[in-house]
Amino acid sequence: MNVNQSVPPVPSFGQPQPVYPGYHQSSYGGQSGSTAPTIPYGAYNGPVPGYQQTPPQGMSRAPPSSGAPPASTAQAPCGQAAYGQFGQGDVQNGPSSTVQMQRLPGSQPFGSPLAPVGNQPAVLQPYGPPLTSAQVTAQLSGMQISGAVAPAPPSSGLGYGPPTSLASASGSFPNSGLYGSYPQGQAPPLSQAQGHPGIQTSQRSAPSQASGFTPPASGGPRLPSMTGPLLPGQSFGGPSVSQPNHVSSPPPQALPPGTQMTGPLGPLPPMHSPQQSGYQPQQNGSFGPARGPQPNYGSPYPAAPTFGSQSGPQPLPPKRLDPDAIPSPIQVIEDDRNNRGTEPFVTGVRGQVPPLVTTNFLVKDQGNASPRYIRCTSYNIPCTSDMAKQAQVPLAAVIKPLASLPPEEASPYVVDHGESGPLRCNRCKAYMCPFMQFIEGGRRFQCCFCSCINDVPPQYFQHLDHTGKRVDAYDRPELSLGSYEFLATVDYCKNNKFPSPPAFIFMIDVSYNAIRTGLVRLLCEELKSLLDFLPREGGAEESAIRVGFVTYNKVLHFYNVKSSLAQPQMMVVSDVADMFVPLLDGFLVNINESRAVITSLLDQIPEMFADTRETETVFVPVIQAGMEALKAAECAGKLFLFHTSLPIAEAPGKLKNRDDRKLINTDKEKTLFQPQTGAYQTLAKECVAQGCCVDLFLFPNQYVDVATLSVVPQLTGGSVYKYACFQVENDQERFLSDLRRDVQKVVGFDAVMRVRTSTGIRAVDFFGAFYMSNTTDVELAGLDGDKTVTVEFKHDDRLNEESGALLQCALLYTSCAGQRRLRIHNLALNCCTQLADLYRNCETDTLINYMAKFAYRGVLNSPVKAVRDTLITQCAQILACYRKNCASPSSAGQLILPECMKLLPVYLNCVLKSDVLQPGAEITTDDRAYVRQLVTSMDVAETNVFFYPRLLPLTKSPIESTTEPPAVRASEERLSNGDMYLLENGLNLFLWVGASVQQGVVQSLFSVSSFSQITSGLSVLPVLDNPLSKKVRGLIDSLRAQRSRYMKLIVVKQEDKLEMLFKHFLVEDKSLSGGASYVDFLCHMHKEIRQLLS
Amino acid sequence: MATYLEFIQQNEERDGVRFSWNVWPSSRLEATRMVVPLACLLTPLKERPDLPPVQYEPVLCSRPTCKAVLNPLCQVDYRAKLWACNFCFQRNQFPPAYGGISEVNQPAELMPQFSTIEYMIQRGAQSPLIFLYVVDTCLEEDDLQALKESLQMSLSLLPPDALVGLITFGRMVQVHELSCEGISKSYVFRGTKDLTAKQIQDMLGLTKPAMPMQQARPVQPQEHPCASTRFLQPVHKIDMNLTDLLGELQRDPWPVTQGKRPLRSTGVALSIAVGLLEGTFPNTGARIMLFTGGPPTQGPGMVVGDELKIPIRSWHDIEKDNARFMKKATKHYEMLANRTAANGHCIDIYACALDQTGLLEMKCCANLTGGYMVMGDSFNTSLFKQTFQRIFTKDFNGDFRMAFGATLDIKTSRELKIAGAIGPCVSLNVKGPCVSENELGVGGTSQWKICGLDPTSTLGIYFEVVNQHNAPIPQGGRGAIQFVTHYQHSSTQRRIRVTTIARNWADVQSQLRHIEAAFDQEAAAVLMARLGVFRAESEEGPDVLRWLDRQLIRLCQKFGQYNKEDPTSFRLSDSFSLYPQTIAQWRKAGYQDMPEYENFKHLLQAPLDDAQEILQARFPMPRYINTEHGGSQARFLLSKVNPSQTHNNLYAWGQETGAPILTDDVSLQVFMDHLKKLAVSSAC
Repeated sequence: MNVNQSVPPVPSFGQPQPVYPGYHQSSYGGQSGSTAPTIPYGAYNGPVPGYQQTPPQGMSRAPPSSGAPPASTAQAPCGQAAYGQFGQGDVQNGPSSTVQMQRLPGSQPFGSPLAPVGNQPAVLQPYGPPLTSAQVTAQLSGMQISGAVAPAPPSSGLGYGPPTSLASASGSFPNSGLYGSYPQGQAPPLSQAQGHPGIQTSQRSAPSQASGFTPPASGGPRLPSMTGPLLPGQSFGGPSVSQPNHVSSPPPQALPPGTQMTGPLGPLPPMHSPQQSGYQPQQNGSFGPARGPQPNYGSPYPAAPTFGSQSGPQPLPPKRLDPDAIPSPIQVIEDDRNNRGTEPFVTGVRGQVPPLVTTNFLVKDQGNASPRYIRCTSYNIPCTSDMAKQAQVPLAAVIKPLASLPPEEASPYVVDHGESGPLRCNRCKAYMCPFMQFIEGGRRFQCCFCSCINDVPPQYFQHLDHTGKRVDAYDRPELSLGSYEFLATVDYCKNNKFPSPPAFIFMIDVSYNAIRTGLVRLLCEELKSLLDFLPREGGAEESAIRVGFVTYNKVLHFYNVKSSLAQPQMMVVSDVADMFVPLLDGFLVNINESRAVITSLLDQIPEMFADTRETETVFVPVIQAGMEALKAAECAGKLFLFHTSLPIAEAPGKLKNRDDRKLINTDKEKTLFQPQTGAYQTLAKECVAQGCCVDLFLFPNQYVDVATLSVVPQLTGGSVYKYACFQVENDQERFLSDLRRDVQKVVGFDAVMRVRTSTGIRAVDFFGAFYMSNTTDVELAGLDGDKTVTVEFKHDDRLNEESGALLQCALLYTSCAGQRRLRIHNLALNCCTQLADLYRNCETDTLINYMAKFAYRGVLNSPVKAVRDTLITQCAQILACYRKNCASPSSAGQLILPECMKLLPVYLNCVLKSDVLQPGAEITTDDRAYVRQLVTSMDVAETNVFFYPRLLPLTKSPIESTTEPPAVRASEERLSNGDMYLLENGLNLFLWVGASVQQGVVQSLFSVSSFSQITSGLSVLPVLDNPLSKKVRGLIDSLRAQRSRYMKLIVVKQEDKLEMLFKHFLVEDKSLSGGASYVDFLCHMHKEIRQLLS
Repeated sequence: MATYLEFIQQNEERDGVRFSWNVWPSSRLEATRMVVPLACLLTPLKERPDLPPVQYEPVLCSRPTCKAVLNPLCQVDYRAKLWACNFCFQRNQFPPAYGGISEVNQPAELMPQFSTIEYMIQRGAQSPLIFLYVVDTCLEEDDLQALKESLQMSLSLLPPDALVGLITFGRMVQVHELSCEGISKSYVFRGTKDLTAKQIQDMLGLTKPAMPMQQARPVQPQEHPCASTRFLQPVHKIDMNLTDLLGELQRDPWPVTQGKRPLRSTGVALSIAVGLLEGTFPNTGARIMLFTGGPPTQGPGMVVGDELKIPIRSWHDIEKDNARFMKKATKHYEMLANRTAANGHCIDIYACALDQTGLLEMKCCANLTGGYMVMGDSFNTSLFKQTFQRIFTKDFNGDFRMAFGATLDIKTSRELKIAGAIGPCVSLNVKGPCVSENELGVGGTSQWKICGLDPTSTLGIYFEVVNQHNAPIPQGGRGAIQFVTHYQHSSTQRRIRVTTIARNWADVQSQLRHIEAAFDQEAAAVLMARLGVFRAESEEGPDVLRWLDRQLIRLCQKFGQYNKEDPTSFRLSDSFSLYPQTIAQWRKAGYQDMPEYENFKHLLQAPLDDAQEILQARFPMPRYINTEHGGSQARFLLSKVNPSQTHNNLYAWGQETGAPILTDDVSLQVFMDHLKKLAVSSAC
């Protein structure tokens, strides 16, 4: 049986799945034959003979229910047909799209079916001929028609504005060639399809075999293939159904319905449900009615655990879908590790999908930027915007320009072109890179981004070899590597002056709270030694960074620590309404020269304020002071702000407590994420202009309005750290560890990042911690190796398969030694005319990174429910498009997921249940704002573990084993009460102790005699000299070392009240706040997809 | 009786009073015809080594509008234990303590030789003297060093329990906290922003907002005194600290680019000093000592911009109303001066620079509060160093020669009313029966506040005779005036000095010679000069000159002996012979209220040893220039001495024709010639 589904190692993309080789080949082979790529799909098809039957059922129902025939299949053909006709002629297309549109009216029919689904038009369009605006409207009106027999020609894709349609139309042409083969063959059916798409699909689907994938476009319609098997999903559909264990299993047909819950697998229950007894109730409840719009989903959560409830009520517990049957993140990660962790990833080939972020691998730069610098949602971009819209797969790159590299990999070479500066294209200003084409014997080069032909300056001239390559290509990093740096000339500097070395200013809250908790004393003590570890450039003896100190409560105290002074001088500025810097000389000093004075100062600060009664603080004036100080010193730099409370003192940026949990789930919820006043943004802008980056360490006892306070760090490329209810004894290690790392990490200052692309796509949107004053330049007052910028691209023209698509990310920054540099990352991507290629080269982790950031930004402006709905819809569209265009035909009741995206539902569900999008009762407004802010600049690895925590069993593997134990899925079902587990998500770290753990284990780990004696909430394990203790502590250390923030350990005992906290991170389970379990969500997703398809 | 000269001298030594006329014309009409008004120079704290203060309080007339102090001129009924006020004729009962009074057992205040008497008041808390240094750091290195040394030295001269404070300024203003160990603290203010007293006190943490939380309450009582004294500490406690602090003072660190003046926030610094004292020690003797080395160049009170290419305003600019910042700056300093005066504090200005420092705008600070204004070339000169030292000299009792927060209250007998006062004082706006409607100087009041004074501080007090011509005063009648001065002695005691004087009335027609003989020409010259200067504040320079001249001519006409139209016949009696000369000097000095000018002439004409002696006696220390004929420094001399005859022919009367003349004025001979001619002319 297919049971294996989950088990089978998932081959990496291109490769065929060993397990199922047989299937697809047969089915697809012929068809796909024309295009090489098809082969890989083979892997997917799960062969599920059993299924085939089911499909029919689903099918049968489908028609009635939706009324609309499954558009997808039908359409596809149409599109093809259409292409066949025009396509080629139009290939050149670019401009002429409109024209094309007009021609095509014929295809309209498709549109109608889709209509029901709001967004989908995208899907349709590609197939359908372009619509004229008139048509569009017609379609809209005709939506309902869908079901109706082929609506009159007039109706066409809904939703689309004419312009879009144009684009898509043009985009589609290229495909025509490919499709050509197909469509024609099928042509006849197609024609019918047009008329009544729905019908056709249903008919066809039934018979289909499981051949893995059909090529995308054609796939849908081609009945034969898909039915039974699910692609990636093999795990899904096939298996679950077939498995005897599962509830669903019993009646093969029934399965699907039964599975409904599981959703993923099966056929559509809803339709049947009424008829079939067993399952019905559930189905009805959940899916059946929902059909069109599911009322429950999305919004519903708050009230009742939407999903949970649905599934919960299920009368038939035994029939639950087996969680093992659905795609397992653990399995995917394991497989990738095993398959790709051994060989270095060589970047020479365009469009290669790198190993997952969870895999350890080395990178060899052979012309493209390492995935440590850039990861993309897809490495194969649709050639046209039509395709892109149809697929709904966001095209985005997650860029971490200053990512730190493992010691084995060399950091980018620095290229010095002397006074002339880096060589650039005269027109688009792209920097010299390996993709530039040298012509005319090397006297000129053609820009790979804009095609402009430039002269090669004499000093840069070099002969070409017989392949047209410069003889010196391998001697020059900028001609042979994906990532390198240029030394910038004075033209690249502010005010045409080379920058001075940056400065760090430590700004310490000394109000009552800060003193009382011991924070100030701890911090001052730490700074004394920490200042010796300021970031240095390369082999520099000492850091060039100067330091300064400010303390504050509702007034500011500046310190003169000039080396010539016998004792430090404190200068109080109380005029917080109109901040200024009271001193110039002696504020920013070299640490070594002024060490004695600084030490004396740090000794005295805790004493001076020991008796303070001042409870009020200011905030904006503090940052302003730091920024002004940098301005006065004419340098960039970073402020380290240690702050405890809501700034309520009379001063600019004064805040009031506006925390109001009643706003949750209302349209005003977004205000909780928005800053209270505009003063913070204004200030941030000034900071950016000065290259003043702000890192904020918060130590709140209560609401501090993180949403507002984090505005400046957020816009200046800084970080926010939050230690709620800070107490030295409990939080010292975490804080100091974060502080050390934050102070020591290498930072670039006063940076501007620009992403250039080759013609056809364009960077349109940016996510991260930075500021943009125009639409292209990402300005970062500071940028460190942890900060990531996610960039979204859109088509503005069609792409060319041959030349692919190029990205060049150029980061102009000032190094920590004050050197002005340009770091360049280049990446070449493939372009495709078949959607299957897109789906085959996607990276779900990156996709989630993008979607999370997109959603987290969305909550600023839209109701959270709307944001959630958008995510769900988009996800459904992505999968539906795949199903329709790429999967082999199968029953509509079958959930078929692309191999590369089979984790999309589970991960997306994690995003949806995250604290920001679905807050639990215990989550504070500040925590939500904090997390929202954190995620904004996370890289792919961080979002991956943040949304799907790692759960490691401690005693399963032999004690001697030195490697990390294999993780288990984040679900309570996976916990054995005789074991202990570590759970981490990059921010939190739990040690869960099962109630029946062996006493010996308890003894050797906690040094107490029984489970009951373990202190719940313990944050430090005793240091004991036994193998288990050493191993566990070692493991904890190694987990911490992998993350950019120190994770404080919390020991949680089974059945203890702290366990609730822990369970919050078991993301495959239903959450208390109403988040759906994985299984439920998968069902829901399936339903959404089916709706889209019908 | 001795000569009037002796009489005048005696009176001055005993009472510190010199009248222009020592016999008073008996009616208003006659008095106005005397040209020089009835007025006196009063030195309230005239040093009287022979006058120990009495240890009790004065007895006052019970009439609420009078409240004159019992004095030797009062008629006393020893039996009934009654006394009659000699000003309002109210009969008053002696207080019980005077029960044993009799002809042979008189209290001091009834004895004629105690026309001036000082009472010591035991009531009220004593507060220490306060010295707040306001130091410009935009100085040349040498200057700053010299100033620092002077300041450090001064700490040893201060009374040990006096409170000292330090404010430094340049581009910013720093208020230094003096009580800190291990770290020196200061509060810093922007030099460009005018702050209200309230803001300043808030920012210095001097005002404790009503703390809603009870936790703060127990602390408050201790905290408040701390807060107010953080910036002002007893010298004996922090002199080491402050010496170090002064030693570490650096020049203003902010860069001054070529072609710019340093940014000097004098206006804000003074404002903060005033606000600081206002909030902490109102109505306590305090001296703000401003040391500056250049003009204020930013913020409120700025006198000139920081662009060197735009020179500081000249007289030319001022006359043409072309001095951009002057009005605003003057207003700022006036506002400060008034506040300071209201608080009973005084401001000294020590301005040492080769160029102007904006004293014109700031002058009211010293003038209204009784502070010193000292101008020198550099802090590194003996002029400054010794002047500064001399402020802290002590008298025969070992007390500092300074007093604070004085109010001067004047009572007159009915025939007289008070027209006003000219001197380092401000009006307290106390109307009363003896206040004249016609103002001369600061009038409309019978009380003035003098925030800072020393034994030489002298006010000109102007009176008006209000007796009508048709109501003659009985022969031998005397008019009386009482000066009551409350002040804080440098030993921090409150004291009251009472001076009661009387002069004879005389009928001008029958007794002109008497009146003429009792003319004190020196006093008159000074009093007229003060009037001239006072008028110059509000009137055009030439008008004032003309007024002075006319007054002189009228005086000569009145008292000279001459034949009409015959200048050669002109004679003045001895008592008038010097007056015109002095006036001639004053004409030149014009509008500057700088008493030392009057001395230059004498100084420079004296031999060197005389010069040294004079240098020691004068305050402020005069600028001493040793030169010789034709030497480059001779220009200082030439501008002050009687101009040489050779310039005579270039001179045009009244200066209207404006021939370029190097010296300030005409020679005395020419002046006298003209004066005589005009005095005898009937056209005048």
